[in-house]
Formats: sequence, C-alpha cells, structure tokens
Amino acid sequence: MHRLATVFEELAAQDRKAFVTFITAGDPDTATSLEILKGLPGAGADVIELGMPFSDPMADGPAIQRASLRALHAGQDMHKTLAMVRAFRETNKTTPIVLMGYYNPIYVYPVDSFLADAVEAGVDGLIVVDAPPEADDELCIPAMNAGLNFVRLTTPTTDDHRLGAVLANTSGFVYYVSITGVTGTRAPDLEAVAKNVARIKARTTLPVAVGFGVRTPEQAKSIASVADGVVVGSALVDTIAQSLDDKGRATELTVSSVLTLVEKLSAGLKAA
Amino acid sequence: MDPIAETPLHLNSYRTGPDERGHFGLYGGRFVAETLMPLILELEAAYEAAKIDPAFHAELADLNAHYAGRPSPLYFAERLTQHLGGAKVYFKREELNHTGSHKVNNCLGQILLAKRMGKKRIIAETGAGQHGVATATVAARFGLPCVIYMGATDIERQKPNVFRMRLLGAEVRPVISGTGTLKDAMNEALRDWVSNVEDTFYIIGTVAGPHPYPAMVRDFQAVIGQETREQMLAAEGRLPDTLVAAIGGGSNAMGIFHPFLDDPSVKMFGVEAAGRGLDVPNGHCASLNGGKPGVLHGNRTYLLQDGDGQILEGHSISAGLDYPGIGPEHSWLRDTGRVTYVSATDREALDAFQLCTRIEGIIPALEPAHALAYVTKLAPTLPPDDLLVMNMSGRGDKDIFAVAGHLGMDI
Repeated sequence: MHRLATVFEELAAQDRKAFVTFITAGDPDTATSLEILKGLPGAGADVIELGMPFSDPMADGPAIQRASLRALHAGQDMHKTLAMVRAFRETNKTTPIVLMGYYNPIYVYPVDSFLADAVEAGVDGLIVVDAPPEADDELCIPAMNAGLNFVRLTTPTTDDHRLGAVLANTSGFVYYVSITGVTGTRAPDLEAVAKNVARIKARTTLPVAVGFGVRTPEQAKSIASVADGVVVGSALVDTIAQSLDDKGRATELTVSSVLTLVEKLSAGLKAA
Repeated sequence: MDPIAETPLHLNSYRTGPDERGHFGLYGGRFVAETLMPLILELEAAYEAAKIDPAFHAELADLNAHYAGRPSPLYFAERLTQHLGGAKVYFKREELNHTGSHKVNNCLGQILLAKRMGKKRIIAETGAGQHGVATATVAARFGLPCVIYMGATDIERQKPNVFRMRLLGAEVRPVISGTGTLKDAMNEALRDWVSNVEDTFYIIGTVAGPHPYPAMVRDFQAVIGQETREQMLAAEGRLPDTLVAAIGGGSNAMGIFHPFLDDPSVKMFGVEAAGRGLDVPNGHCASLNGGKPGVLHGNRTYLLQDGDGQILEGHSISAGLDYPGIGPEHSWLRDTGRVTYVSATDREALDAFQLCTRIEGIIPALEPAHALAYVTKLAPTLPPDDLLVMNMSGRGDKDIFAVAGHLGMDI
C-alpha cells in the first residue's frame, strides 16, 4: 500500500488528524534543509510536503516566494531536491513525502525521467499547482502510472460542477485551499472551511487536508476539528527566515527553532 | 481524451487556432492554479458570447473610431525608402493612437468585456508602462478603480508613464519580488486576481497567459492587420509583400500578421530583442531564438530559462520587450515556419531610433525601433516593387530619457 494511504488509515484508526508540514527544499541551503527534513517526523509531522523551488511561484505569498529564492540562490535544483529525498529515505521508510511546486521544472527535466527518478528516490506524491485536470494526460496520469499519488488542490471557487473533474484523478488525499488567495496571507474562516470540507467529503472517500493560512496551534486545532489533516507551511518557512544571520545563512537556531514550532503545532493538533 | 484536440491542425489554414482547449499545436493551454480555473472558464464563455454579439462589436468600433482615433494611417515612408534603396517601406501608424501605442486596441475590447461581466475592479501588469497607461486610460473612461502592477526596476526607468498612470487615477503598485521587472509584475497581478476573484477583471496586455487571453488579445489587435489590408489595397491595388513587427509578448506583431497568415505571398518577420547579443548569456530577450519550450504564466511557449527550468530575466534596452516568454501562437508559427523570427540588438535599435527620427520626423518607441533596425537590413535586399509594411507600434516620447542616457547626453 502507498505510504500516504497507510498513514491516513493508521491515524483514522487512532481517531487522530494528520499534521502535514511544508518546507522548501534547499532553504536556506541543502544541508540545513535536509537536517530539518530528517527532524520533522520526530517533531510530530505525519506527512511532509517538500517544496521544489521555482523562480516564479505564482500561487505563493511573500514567505514561500522568499524561501524559493533563498534556496535557488544557494544553488538548489531538482536533482538536489530528489537527492534530499533519497537521503531521507535511508533512515525513514514510513513518512510520506509529497513534492510540491510548479510544472516548468518538471516539464524541462523532462516528465518521464522526473517521474522515474522521483519514484526511485522514494517520493510518494506530487502537488503541481499549475497542472489542472485539463492537463491530466501529460502529467497526472503518467505520474499515477509511475506509482505516484497525484494530490489535487480544491479551492473555495471550485464549484460542484468542477469538483467532479478535480477529484477524478486525485489520489493520496485532497488538499483543500481554505482561502481565495496565495499561501500564508489570510486566516481561514472555520465555518466556511467546515462546509466546503463536507462538500468534498460527500464526493470522495479520500482524506481531506486543509491549508493556506494556518499559523498557530489554536488554528491547527480548530481546523483539525473539521478535516482529516492540517497543512502548515508559511509559518515554518517564516521561522527559518527569522533564524538566519544578516547574510541569509543558517545559524545554530535554524533547525531547532523550526522543529520546536512543529512540536508546538503538533501538540495543539493532537489536543483536538 | 478528446480525439479532436489530438488531431494536427490542417495547414491549409493558419487562422483556425486555438483548439477548444486553447492549444496552438503544442503551445498555449490553461496552466493555472485551481482558484483561477473557474474564472478563466467564465471569461472564455463571456468572450465567446461577446464575439457573436453585434452590439459588442458596434460599441467597440465606435470607441475605436471616436476615442482611440482609428483607423490609424498607413504611411509611405518615402525618405526612408530612398535612403535604404530597396523595398517600398510603409509604416502602420499605431503610435498615433490615443495613449501612443497599439495597446489601447486591446484595452478597449477587454474593458467592454469587464463591463458585460459586471466586474467592478481592473488590474493589469505593465513593463514599459504603455499597457499600464492604456489600461488606466480605459479604466478612467469607464469609471472603474484600477491597480497596475509594475516592477520596481521598471518604475525607476519609466517615470513619465508612472506619473501618467497616477494622473489617470490608477494605483501603481511597485513589485519588489523576484527582480522587479515585467514577469514579476505578471506574477503579482495573478496573485491579486487569485485573492480577489469575485469582483476583479485582469486585463492582460499581450497575446500570452492562459486561454482565452492569447486568442482574445489577438482578436482585439487584429484590427491593425485588417486596416492594413484595406489601406494597402486602396494605395497600391494589391496586398503587401512583407510585414515586419517587433516582438516582446507579441501583441502588435500578432495584430498585423494574423489577417495575412493565409495569404502565402505575404512574408512575415517578427523581430525579437537581442539585447547585448544572442551569444551573451542572459543578455537578450529573444525567447524564440534563444529559449526553449516551457510552461509559465498559464501557457506553454518558448521561454528564457536555465537547465533546471528556472526562468531567466533576460535583458533589453526596451522595457516593453523585456519579457522571458512570448505568445504561444508565435511559438507555433515559428515551428510551422509560417513566420520568420529574427532579432535586433540594443545598439541596432538605438541607431534605427535616431535614423527614423531624423529622416522621417517620427520618434519611434524603442520597441518598434527593433523592427525598424531589421527593416534597414532587409529592405535593401528587396526589389523596389516589394511592398513592405512595418508596424510602428508606439511613439518614443516615453523613451527619450533612456535614449539620452545611452547616447551620453544630458537633458
């Protein structure tokens, strides 16, 4: 069974919610980023979204834009990101890793080689922000055939008519974007989230995780009360940014401050 | 999968694209985040309805005639023709339009569509500021609030247009993300749109972006080629032989080319910005001559990018050509060979800028100065009965400060 399905099933059996953490691969440098990645499961992460840095992250707010640029300036590329996953898998065989990013770096890799390399590295799923269902034949379906889950974003603007198309080839889990906007900029409205998660769950048996605006243990706890999982990204990336020295380099606080925040968020969520 | 979408286009016509999924061959499409997808589909439906509504066309034609000043003249550049000694050179005078460039053609069309759709707020991106000024102008004319995203670097080098937009009542928001140029402004406009989906209409300024923008902007700009056709028939009794236009995103070129694509006798040349030279890494903006296919800003097209798929900034003396992509229909026309894409350097554009100013008394924008630079090479190789039309897409008043700087003059 796929790692994503296993984790969500095990959590459901324990009546727990999944804590999904996002960091950008290579932020602020490959070595520090790998150390954070390796520490995430121990700090309470159930699923890891690993951002593939892109020069033009159109769906992301300032925090993740800056994280992408930090990583690219430090020399991160797709091969280094896959190497991070390979290194992580040497010691962790259970925590699912979902690569998240934009289509162009995959397209020029190109697609078939990327999918083969991702599977070989130990990647479990993909979230590709700008590859909508209309482009399924060129990325989503080949990814599924290669053995990867393709996690789709649904948003407040995804009406009932579109929801069917969006869910059709989705696997692993459904990522509900809780706001109309970019990552990390607004707080979600719990009532609206609950209504939309229920609307999605009426149409699929897949777990639904909610993200794009969750920053505090309290928010994580309240979102967890209406969903199967909670995604936190910008808050972690901001913590990395705050730990850097004035030249943007990692300090001794970088790894520990992120993992401490993950522990706090995880505790808040488990109190749900 | 839709079998029709997979069938290659029949090349007895180059004017049938895009297909119903917005593809020109391999290029185009709708590569956007899910939040935007319902809006893109709504926009497409609204545009399809407007296209077959005579009232929409009548209102647009009226504004084109009485507000923008169309038709723009087709002018025989007699002194330049004598100087170059070859083809008979005409200018399509888009620089005489209201706001000083071809950009107003598209903005009038899109704002009428915004009005039909009941949208209450207008956003746009701009590089040189020509599209920003045209958008701010039509927003003022229709009484809609308007936000223009402009890279901080471009704001610095295009001050007169920034002031013009502010006078017109637009809010100009500096974009500091990335490197603060046109592609970053487009990213930021897309972020605004995602965040304000209910009431906002995004007026994209070129023949790029997710479907239906490339086709829609082309349709609004095709008035340039339609007029050229009629005017040349009236002046010379036949079609032109050669068309030349500058290419950044490619809207002025697509506007003059498209109505002639199925006339095999008409040769077409798109002129990209070669900046400091095509052989200088990241020193040019020639997506077709120096880039490769990729996906950005909602469409697949030729892009300036590195081996990892990261988008490069490029360089051009002209802020209006300083874009790492190009409209997807141009990518398709390149691959099919129907249009020839060439380039001109910063230096060649500056020389053409001065030549045109002195010999024809027309100060061209730096964008069409690139087209003119190629005309100065091409025309002498053509026979005297070759009818050549260059699209004079904008006037150069905005560029005089930059040109003075490059020529080492104080003003």
